[in-house]
Amino acid sequence: MLRFALTRIALAVPTLLIVAVSVFLLIRLIPGDPALLMLGDMADPHSLADFRRSHGLDQPLPVQFALWLGNLAAGDLGRSITTGQEVLPLIFDRFLVSATIVVVAVALASLVAVPAGMLAAWRQNSLTDLAVVAGATLLLSVPSFWLGLLLLLLFGMKLGWLPVVGYVPFGQDFGAALAYIVLPVATLVLVEVGVIARMARASTLEVLRLDYVTHARAKGLSELAVMGRHVFWNAFAPTWTLIGLILGNLLGGIAVVETVFTIPGLGRLLVDAIFARDYPVIQGCLLFIAGVYIVVNLVVDLLYPVFDPRVTA
Amino acid sequence: MTRTWFGLPASPGALLGGLLIGVLLLAAGLGMVWTPYDPLAIDFRARLQPPGPEHWLGTDEFGRDVFSRALAGASTSVSISLFTVAAATVAGMLIGLAAGYLRGWTDRIVVSITDALLAFPGILLALGLLAVLGANKYGIILALALAYTPSVVRVVRSNVFSLRETGFVEASRVMGNGELFTMARHVLPNCIAPVTVLATGMFGWVLLSESALSFLGLGVPPPAPTWGNMLAASRPYMSQAPWLGIYPGLCIALTLLGINLLGDAVRDRLDPRMRRI
Repeated sequence: MLRFALTRIALAVPTLLIVAVSVFLLIRLIPGDPALLMLGDMADPHSLADFRRSHGLDQPLPVQFALWLGNLAAGDLGRSITTGQEVLPLIFDRFLVSATIVVVAVALASLVAVPAGMLAAWRQNSLTDLAVVAGATLLLSVPSFWLGLLLLLLFGMKLGWLPVVGYVPFGQDFGAALAYIVLPVATLVLVEVGVIARMARASTLEVLRLDYVTHARAKGLSELAVMGRHVFWNAFAPTWTLIGLILGNLLGGIAVVETVFTIPGLGRLLVDAIFARDYPVIQGCLLFIAGVYIVVNLVVDLLYPVFDPRVTA
Repeated sequence: MTRTWFGLPASPGALLGGLLIGVLLLAAGLGMVWTPYDPLAIDFRARLQPPGPEHWLGTDEFGRDVFSRALAGASTSVSISLFTVAAATVAGMLIGLAAGYLRGWTDRIVVSITDALLAFPGILLALGLLAVLGANKYGIILALALAYTPSVVRVVRSNVFSLRETGFVEASRVMGNGELFTMARHVLPNCIAPVTVLATGMFGWVLLSESALSFLGLGVPPPAPTWGNMLAASRPYMSQAPWLGIYPGLCIALTLLGINLLGDAVRDRLDPRMRRI
């Protein structure tokens, strides 16, 4: 187990490094003086010279990269050109907002979708199965930003049950915070339920065909015991990997939902930085989101043996 | 292999999917040559009119005909998606073949670059590239093509690796055919089927990504219509003119539904165990 964990962690290190190289090169691809790009047109000559020296801009690229990586390791991602705030704390604040929504949404979606998918597989080719598959395929096809707008129109404007746009932190006012995140969370839940349910159904079908399931049934176990004790754990393992991928992917794709509901999250920060050509923030967001994606997948992989102990062998 | 393509099961889902995609392609073709009104013609006397006999899907905040804009948007979105998929497929196949054929250092470099690009979640890589390339039609095609090429490379490369070891490829070598001839004549054609399946799904992802980027304001700049930027522009008028947001989104959803249904039909055919009876 320890060996499995260490191998898996060691494998994530080169990926992180290559991501760092990609982001470093991406910013260097932009025509113009990197010092001007990172400090903005309004920077004074003194700080420009300072930046050029500390980032080794007169040195060859590998040296620049090493210096840049050193700053990165020290948590120094520079300051936002537009607001002057330090990039890392800024990203962290926004990340908490996005992560709350994403984690709650994916947890709720899994709680609905995994049982639904298993039920559909258990009753394969029945009306229930057809309903789950049709519903999942339909939900899979709905773009999140459109669904969000429709929910906003229905619950926010026509019925007036929920606030239309904005965000309140949970620490400030729990009730209000809840009211503000209901719609964005519901949007993401509906969009992801389809994907997870289809995966849960497919992997349950695979498991149900296996001999040990027939054996469990032949022993006279109730269907509930067969599904709950014998099928669930094996069928859930592939779904678990998918859930991890969805968690990471949503962090990259949540910008659209944050735009619909005007939520100050990480996705919106990146998009606004792209509009403002705020390169330190762009660079920080790209690194941070890709890093979180890699770490989430790493954690998912490390937890995988809980569901399927065979992988450590 | 050909049976897979000509003998698609005529399930209701596959038929519906085919119908939806057929209508989409017709609409995109039509939108290129003819629309009932000029999609860019501003008419302030006809602002925010609800759907009716004159304007089937109503008019927007500038009095532009929503149906005409949706048609024009279809041709923009479909052409961007087709160009992107074509570019990613051709580039991915060439790189994948080269990696699988040359192996060694070339392969190692290709694998580490594709792995790194695949380490960026969702549309993040496209967002990063757009920050460099600038938001316009060509920037979008280039950014999305770069973001989707690695998956093609991966599929082609693994196919080439397994095909190299098969009997018929060895037979071709034994017959004295050169490596390049063998690759072109025997290996490449056998990569077409999996790449086609991938490209079909990719068309849906690219169209969704393009819409999302346009929605964020990083896609095709207004006034040229795309479904994504129509949706974005509808936001301030959502309560007084809901049709502005409903129809462009419906177009995206029906397109994705068509592609998902077709994709399921193809996958069911390739993996008969999952087929519904």
